Amino acid sequence: SSSQSGMTEREERRFAEVPRESIKLMAESSGVELSEEVAALLAEDVCYRLREATQNSSQFMRHAKRRKLSVEDLNRALRWSNTETICGYGAQDALPFRPLKEGELFFVEDREINLVELALATNIPKGCAETMVRVHVSYLDGKGNLEPQGTVPTAVQSLSEDLLKYYQQITRAILGEDPHLMKVALLDLQSNSKIAALLPYFVYVISGVKSVSHDLDQLNRLLHMVKSLVQNPYLYLGSYVRSLVSSVMYCILEPLAASINPLNDHWTLRDYAALLLSHIFWTHGDLVSGLYHQILLSLQKVLSDPVRPLCSHYGAVVGLHALGWKAVERVLYPHLPAYWANLQAVLDDYSVSNAQVKADGHKVYGAILVAVERLLKMKALSLTLAAEGSGAGLPGTTTGAVSFRENSPGLSPPPEPLSEPPLGIASHLQAGGAGCPWEEWTPVSLPAMYCELYSFFGDSLAVRFSTGLPLGGVPPPGPCQPLEGRKEPASSAPNLENTRKMPQLTASMNISPRQDGSPRMEPQPPSLAATVPGRSLARSSSSSVSRSRSSSSRPGRSTSQSRDIFPKARFPLPQAGPPAFSFIIGGRQMGRRCQGRRFQTSFSPTPPLTTHPPRAYAHKLPVIGRVSKPVRRWTCSHYSLHLPL
Amino acid sequence: MCLWCRIRQKIPKKKKTYYAAHVMTPLLSAPGKKMAAVQDAPMELDAEKETKPEILSDGTSNLSGNTASGTLSSPPLTAGGAPKQEDQQTLIAVLQFLRRNKLTESVEILRREACLEDQEDSQTLDGSGGGKGDGDGGDANSLLSRVSIASAAAPQSTLTPIPVKNDQPDVSVVLSAYSQQGDPSLYQVYYSSLKNFIESVLDCHRAELSQLFYPLFVHMYLELVYNNHENKAKAFFEKFSGDQECYYQDDLRILCGLTKKEHLKGNEALLDFRTSRFVLRISRDSYQLLKRHLQERHNNQIWNIIQEHLYIDIFDGMPRSKSQIDSMSGSFAGETRREVNKAKVFYGLLKEPEIEVPLDDEDDEAENEEGKPKKKKTKKDSMGSKSKKQDPNAPQQNRIPLPELKDSDKLDKIMYMKESTKRIRLGPENLPSICFYSFLNAYQGLTAVDFTDDSSLLAGGFADSTVRVWSATPKKLRKVKSAAELNLIDKESDDVLERIMDEKTASESKNLYGHSGPVYGVSFSPDRNYLLSSSEDGTVRLWSLQTFTCLVGYKGHNYPVWDTHFSPFGYYFVSGGHDRVARLWATDHYQPLRIFAGHLADVTCTRFHPNSNYVVTGSTDRTIRLWDVLNGNCVRFFTGHKGPIHSLAFSPNGKFLASGSTDGRVLLWDIGHGLMIGELKGHTDTIYALKFSRDGEILASGSMDNTVRLWDSMKAFDDMETDDFTAATGHIHLPDNSQELLLGMYHSKSTPVTHLHFTRRNLLLAAGAYNSQ
Repeated sequence: SSSQSGMTEREERRFAEVPRESIKLMAESSGVELSEEVAALLAEDVCYRLREATQNSSQFMRHAKRRKLSVEDLNRALRWSNTETICGYGAQDALPFRPLKEGELFFVEDREINLVELALATNIPKGCAETMVRVHVSYLDGKGNLEPQGTVPTAVQSLSEDLLKYYQQITRAILGEDPHLMKVALLDLQSNSKIAALLPYFVYVISGVKSVSHDLDQLNRLLHMVKSLVQNPYLYLGSYVRSLVSSVMYCILEPLAASINPLNDHWTLRDYAALLLSHIFWTHGDLVSGLYHQILLSLQKVLSDPVRPLCSHYGAVVGLHALGWKAVERVLYPHLPAYWANLQAVLDDYSVSNAQVKADGHKVYGAILVAVERLLKMKALSLTLAAEGSGAGLPGTTTGAVSFRENSPGLSPPPEPLSEPPLGIASHLQAGGAGCPWEEWTPVSLPAMYCELYSFFGDSLAVRFSTGLPLGGVPPPGPCQPLEGRKEPASSAPNLENTRKMPQLTASMNISPRQDGSPRMEPQPPSLAATVPGRSLARSSSSSVSRSRSSSSRPGRSTSQSRDIFPKARFPLPQAGPPAFSFIIGGRQMGRRCQGRRFQTSFSPTPPLTTHPPRAYAHKLPVIGRVSKPVRRWTCSHYSLHLPL
Repeated sequence: MCLWCRIRQKIPKKKKTYYAAHVMTPLLSAPGKKMAAVQDAPMELDAEKETKPEILSDGTSNLSGNTASGTLSSPPLTAGGAPKQEDQQTLIAVLQFLRRNKLTESVEILRREACLEDQEDSQTLDGSGGGKGDGDGGDANSLLSRVSIASAAAPQSTLTPIPVKNDQPDVSVVLSAYSQQGDPSLYQVYYSSLKNFIESVLDCHRAELSQLFYPLFVHMYLELVYNNHENKAKAFFEKFSGDQECYYQDDLRILCGLTKKEHLKGNEALLDFRTSRFVLRISRDSYQLLKRHLQERHNNQIWNIIQEHLYIDIFDGMPRSKSQIDSMSGSFAGETRREVNKAKVFYGLLKEPEIEVPLDDEDDEAENEEGKPKKKKTKKDSMGSKSKKQDPNAPQQNRIPLPELKDSDKLDKIMYMKESTKRIRLGPENLPSICFYSFLNAYQGLTAVDFTDDSSLLAGGFADSTVRVWSATPKKLRKVKSAAELNLIDKESDDVLERIMDEKTASESKNLYGHSGPVYGVSFSPDRNYLLSSSEDGTVRLWSLQTFTCLVGYKGHNYPVWDTHFSPFGYYFVSGGHDRVARLWATDHYQPLRIFAGHLADVTCTRFHPNSNYVVTGSTDRTIRLWDVLNGNCVRFFTGHKGPIHSLAFSPNGKFLASGSTDGRVLLWDIGHGLMIGELKGHTDTIYALKFSRDGEILASGSMDNTVRLWDSMKAFDDMETDDFTAATGHIHLPDNSQELLLGMYHSKSTPVTHLHFTRRNLLLAAGAYNSQ
């Protein structure tokens, strides 16, 4: 007996045990009197059966892929071994087990339930939500593993309800009236690390610039939104950069509806947009290949298009200026002689009707002046640097220019060398390069450049420029001398000759060759804005309209060719093959706002990513400044389960 | 032969009668033919009659561990002719049973197959009647033992000791092997003297001889229990249980609760242990050492146990190291005997049918405008060209009759080829993206998940006995219109397939109701027209994904069916369950075509080989078996896991197998050589999902520990060079390179991974139910 008690002690350590006293009590409760031995035997057997049932039930748990053994599992095991199942223990939460001191009884607490109360209760539980499947991309290309464990990489978060709510709040705040709210929203947009999934939404909203060109305030807000997104260190913009750039470019270059009213200060907007453009470019330019080229080409395109209004030209100039002096040197400078003629014509026209245009012209003049001054300064500086760097380098020669290109990384922009553009924009380059001095561009020596510029700006350049001219530079020994020296070679170019005589000539004579020339040399306008959005669709629809329009307007134009060019340019008259874009804008400005909508649907596509994701979300977005109508019949079950596989 | 092994298995008696007749029919010559009816089998059999010869099926099932498959033409004999004798008796009993039930045809065939002449007449059945003698009322109601007693055919309504006498005979036969041997009080002395001996031998032998500890310990303990030496048994257990390998803990836990002879009778698992021979692999040198020791000491007690209950597979050569032994041991039945895995396995893939594929570029992206002339190149597909010449390791094309390809199947194959051209080439440098399908609000418990091969549909089995199907694409699920409406449709129209769908029923998911217990396995048919589900209620159901109704309920297991899987060519499917057998079915037969018996415990997971000629099963007995569909033989038997196996996956080329278990390890197997070739350690909980990428470079494993891990399977396969020696002996030395092979580990927040799937473009899809606790 002593050994037996020793055994039980050992066993107690191993399993839970039902003591024989309990067995006896249970037997008593059902009216059976048990002897000591029977109770002991029974207790042991009960223990064994319990253990067996538990062991058997564990496989139901394993196959249900759970860690927690449930009452249901035990019941299944009991059922399969033809034992009565236990009822009333299926509750999820643990049942409190209470002792009763006097009788050494333990029992499960079983509170009474007031049925009347239950029946009259108003807070009826709703029942559990429906089972559903949600899909989210957890790890892209195995990169998620770099993240701390257990977190989902921010770049591939799924779109939750909260995010959508956030999106709505932010857009409402930014586009709303409250400036303080806007500031807060922009600040958050700039620093929030969890909004990666919303990026396409924001980009889409920003692409709405095209529909609010009449509202400077809104445009400004959208540009601020761009700035916040660009500055957000947690966002990977990827190919959305293209779309953002195209929106910003729109603000820089397009003859905005808001600029009809001379009281509107669209100039500041363009300045700001230009700064933003350079910021985007310097910080995110590497994300899209050939971006620099595309931007330059677009700017050049606008600049070389005399039909464009002066505010567009202004935009192109400030844009080039913002992109750095290299851009000015490559695009603006070679183009100046041709452009100067047009500008001069405007500036020399003192008629009352021309007053506004003339004021615009002065703006452009000022912008060009600032740009070329910087160009000269920087070039001179670069030469001195080059001279210092190479010890006794020959200043003012091409070697100096080349070496400069190498050792001033901050300012020589192209992330990929210009000479080897990626395939994607090769076509652009060729299209643009045919007529422009693009590929065969050779650096002009500083003195020559100065001379030429001086010939345009005269003392206004000299005065302002001389103040900041570094000493070490050889360049302008005196404004006169090089000017004289350069005169002969420069005048050999007929263009230059013309321009310098420009003021004396009539505008029509000067301009007509340009007009014929511009469409010819750019049969496919390389403008970013025009090329990007679903070209075939936009072009086919608009070109037909433009053709009819141009045919109707041609007679009137030919009569007063010279006078028309600049003053009317704000509502540009389509030429033979100019970009379809300007027409649509014009059309909308005439008061038919809905006409322009076609454009907004196809916002700037991003070739590698396709326009797919944003379009899928399109109907969820509050649309800015236009009648909200679902863009596409994307009726299928939004994005819950769909994943482009 | 095949009949022979099958009959010995524990299948419900009523089924058996069909089976006996049915098995004779070869696999359908042409699938799709109506079931070869089995008219000669009387459907109504007396329950009494049925149960009488039960002894046969149970009494001999013990041998299934050794001769489970029937491939082995001669039963293994180590000690005398006892097993042979037993086999014969069983056979005779079966014959008598058949004769009694007037299944004359079956009798004939069985006799022919077993080469039995009339000798059975001269023998008597000692079990059928006599065994009942010592009935002492012990009930055998345990979950497992019920497999052997009357099942669905004989309803048991009460829980009191019911017609237990039916299965007493076999129990007594089994237990009678434990006759009193030696003095029970000396057992501790016997054991510890052997222990001392083994601990004193040279290191190289010690590891091998240590294998004896566990089986000897268990047998001696059971013997003590059986002979009612309860206290001595407890003391014995107390003293020596600590010496056993840690991976036997689960078994020890069951053992230590078992202290009475009566309990022993109900415990099927231990009965199996008792009656199946535990296989040990020992080098000849070590064996000689042991034998000499036992003979010198006259330790007959131990020697008898070794003779009777163990099978020692002696090999010539170097003794194995501890790690080599550990990698292969751990199963419930010991190791694999070498000759078991020698059979030829045709693991190669079948030749793909040649399909003319129009390679039109402009189908997907309709970017080409009218300007371009349409070029329609037709080319023999690349898939066909790759397998132009028959793979020498592939089975004959018609070894298993496979369904003919329908037009829709061909279209699907074309889609598959197109998709596979866009497949991402994975590798250690190029890991797949993972996309997680989380089941939310699955309070009822998600128990099984499957994706269609093209990843368009997703099915979930739930513990509330529902099956739900979701569309994983924007395309909604629609039912076919009702018969009345279908009559109104113009059947000649081109879009008739579209017209038959009822737009009103379109929804993102559909619920399938029909089971009466948790659904433990779901599997889509390759053509996406059907869905299989297996449930605790003992049935496998076939659902139509056109009408979203149940078409067939396959009854046969009668116990929880843990898993089911469609053949990669459709038509066939396999299921495995608590009754310890896996069954092969054809969708148009309500009876199984094959029963694969041999596992000592539940069949937990089942998978078809990519060439459809083999079926692999994993079990709670911690072993894996590969079965030949053609003849039902077990052609591979893999041991090494230390816990129940819950996931299996074939590599796409059919050469390798991966298995995952509750021990958190993935083991890799070479099917052709029958060798373990890799061990992937890292998971901390049961591995429920395994999948190879489409090209086989990456193995993904998903576990209860909320992680998905990616392994470099190519490296794992390449690192293991299998020279002739290792191939011959099977003694592999596993490199411990799990860390090198682990390419990535990805945590979910709180979602155990229940299923993994690679899309045709090699995007990894994972699925599991979000667990809010």
